[in-house]
Amino acid sequence: MSTVVLLALTGLGLGALYFLVASGLSLIFGLMDVLNFAHGALLSIGAYGTWWAASGHLPAAGSGGFGFVLAVAFGTATGALAAVLLELALIRPLYARPREQVLATVGVGLAVPALLSAIWGADARPFPGPRALSGTFGLLGAQIPVNRLVLTGAAVVVLAALKLFLGGTRHGLVVRAGVEDRAMVTALGIDVRRAFTLVFAIGGAAAALAGALGGLYFGSVDPGQGTSLLIFAFVVVVMGGMGSITGAALASVAVGLVQQFANYYTTAGLGDLAVVVLLAALLLARPRGLTGRLA
Amino acid sequence: MTTTTQPKDPVREHCDTAAGHGRRGRHLIRWWPAGLLLALLAAPYSALPLPGLLDGPIGSPGSLQLLALCLVFGGLATGYDLLLGRTGLLSFGHALYFAAGGYATNTIMLEAGLPFVTSALLALLFGTALAALLGAVGLRVSGIGFSMVTLAFAQAGSILVARDPGGLTGGEEGRAVPANRLPASLVGIEHTVNLYWIALAYLVVTLAAVHCAVRSPTGRVWEGIKENERRVEVLGLRPYGFKLVAFTLSGALAALGGIVYLLLTGGATPQTTTSNFTLSLLVMVVLGGSGSRWGPLVGGVLYTWADHRLGDLAGSGAVAGLPAVLRVPLSQPLFLLGTVFVAVVYLLPGGVVRLPERVRVTWSSRATGRTMTEAEPAERKEIPAS
Repeated sequence: MSTVVLLALTGLGLGALYFLVASGLSLIFGLMDVLNFAHGALLSIGAYGTWWAASGHLPAAGSGGFGFVLAVAFGTATGALAAVLLELALIRPLYARPREQVLATVGVGLAVPALLSAIWGADARPFPGPRALSGTFGLLGAQIPVNRLVLTGAAVVVLAALKLFLGGTRHGLVVRAGVEDRAMVTALGIDVRRAFTLVFAIGGAAAALAGALGGLYFGSVDPGQGTSLLIFAFVVVVMGGMGSITGAALASVAVGLVQQFANYYTTAGLGDLAVVVLLAALLLARPRGLTGRLA
Repeated sequence: MTTTTQPKDPVREHCDTAAGHGRRGRHLIRWWPAGLLLALLAAPYSALPLPGLLDGPIGSPGSLQLLALCLVFGGLATGYDLLLGRTGLLSFGHALYFAAGGYATNTIMLEAGLPFVTSALLALLFGTALAALLGAVGLRVSGIGFSMVTLAFAQAGSILVARDPGGLTGGEEGRAVPANRLPASLVGIEHTVNLYWIALAYLVVTLAAVHCAVRSPTGRVWEGIKENERRVEVLGLRPYGFKLVAFTLSGALAALGGIVYLLLTGGATPQTTTSNFTLSLLVMVVLGGSGSRWGPLVGGVLYTWADHRLGDLAGSGAVAGLPAVLRVPLSQPLFLLGTVFVAVVYLLPGGVVRLPERVRVTWSSRATGRTMTEAEPAERKEIPAS
């Protein structure tokens, strides 16, 4: 029983990480038809930003208590800023050429991790976290690391905030309408490109938050972390149906749980394999994803 | 070896007749691929040093090894462009078929003890069958779904290789080629020249196969699918079969490339199975020019050369003396390649092979002003961004 609880909560934590990456990817793809290969790079930027701030380079930020919150905020803001820069500098000029947009993000996705490893080295760096988050707590006889709970909580907060934003604000309305039919929104006289920048900022912030909290989950940061998470985030986005936040949330929980349980009860690595096989099977059975949308 | 399939040629022909001069010269220019092939055939016998481009003289084993790698990746990118540039299929799983060729050859040699040639033939069959099977499954979805299914299959392959089932793949370290199973003429540094011949042969085979396939009736249907799949359906053709042929052919060429690469590097390594490997193929194709005959080859050669030489550059004294702001990014070849790639996508649509044409158009329109009548609009139509 205690093993099942531990696996379930760890799976949820991993799923939360996937959701944070996939929510931005899904919105960006739904709205702009851009498969953002630089999303993993945004995650790495967030992770390194938090690590940099938490190891004492930023005044007032640190590895404990309020200082760590400040560090995470700094990392998230850096990621959001990088995403906005990416959209303004590279995506917008290629507006009429969707395939080139994807290719440009591929280039950024290759260059940024290389730059990070040029500056801070290719090896993993230990991630400083507050002591309160590095312990465990008991639940139904299982000792569960606190950071799994932090990740799940953060993902739930982000999900709720995104739902509120998309459902209750005017900007959210424009984004939702743009996902449905971009040409029609433009025809109605709304500048949909402002929504592009906004969606990139939100997606970048969520990915950077995933990087900051992923540092807690893995205990270290390395330049390749973002890229390896990106593939599973793609799996989540496709399974959940492109452009659907709820679908992404459901799919990320499913993927996280399947991965953890299969890795534990069979041999290590088989869980990852099970996930990609699941994706292929799902796409063949229901080519439009879980929630029935595929742009 | 002519370029009559491309739409610009009638125009150029027309120009030639109208101008009435320079025809002889252009005929000679058209034979440049043959000239290049002769130069490549002669390369191992040359002791010409190319300072900056290569470390030693062309004929030295180190240079031949690098040249052979460039040729293999040129061929591989040409085969990949059969999907991307000719049929419009964006596959993120091409590394799988490349790795299948190399790994299968190596494993058959090691486990079954068969000689190299038999193993290579079996591996080629295996890679082709794998491409046909997975293509048949993956092509049931289209668009981004297809890209994701191919990515998923390749990722599954990558995980399998890393897990090392039954000690067959060697896990993260890969497995070295058993030297006693290879013909003696392929073992040892003094026989690098033979590997170079094999790489060159692979490139010629790939170019010929792609050339013939694209000019065949099937190739015309591929072009139609790339432009507008719905219209091909309306014409009464099922795109599925044609796409599967393109996928299988491209996979078979990749498997063959994997076998040559195995010989060149002396072992099967898990790096060839990763999604980053497929992404680097994508970069090569786009860098050179997708959908053109020579573009992927040029891109593959440039990328491979830069990837190897920039690493040496990073370790050289010239870079070490630079201030940190310049030195740190320059020490990472992948950073430079990524940046150059973004610049090419952004500034040079159509890739490097379009560069001379763009320069010529800009130059001639500046030099002759309005006197070029028909040629100019036709050439301009090809290059929307100029």
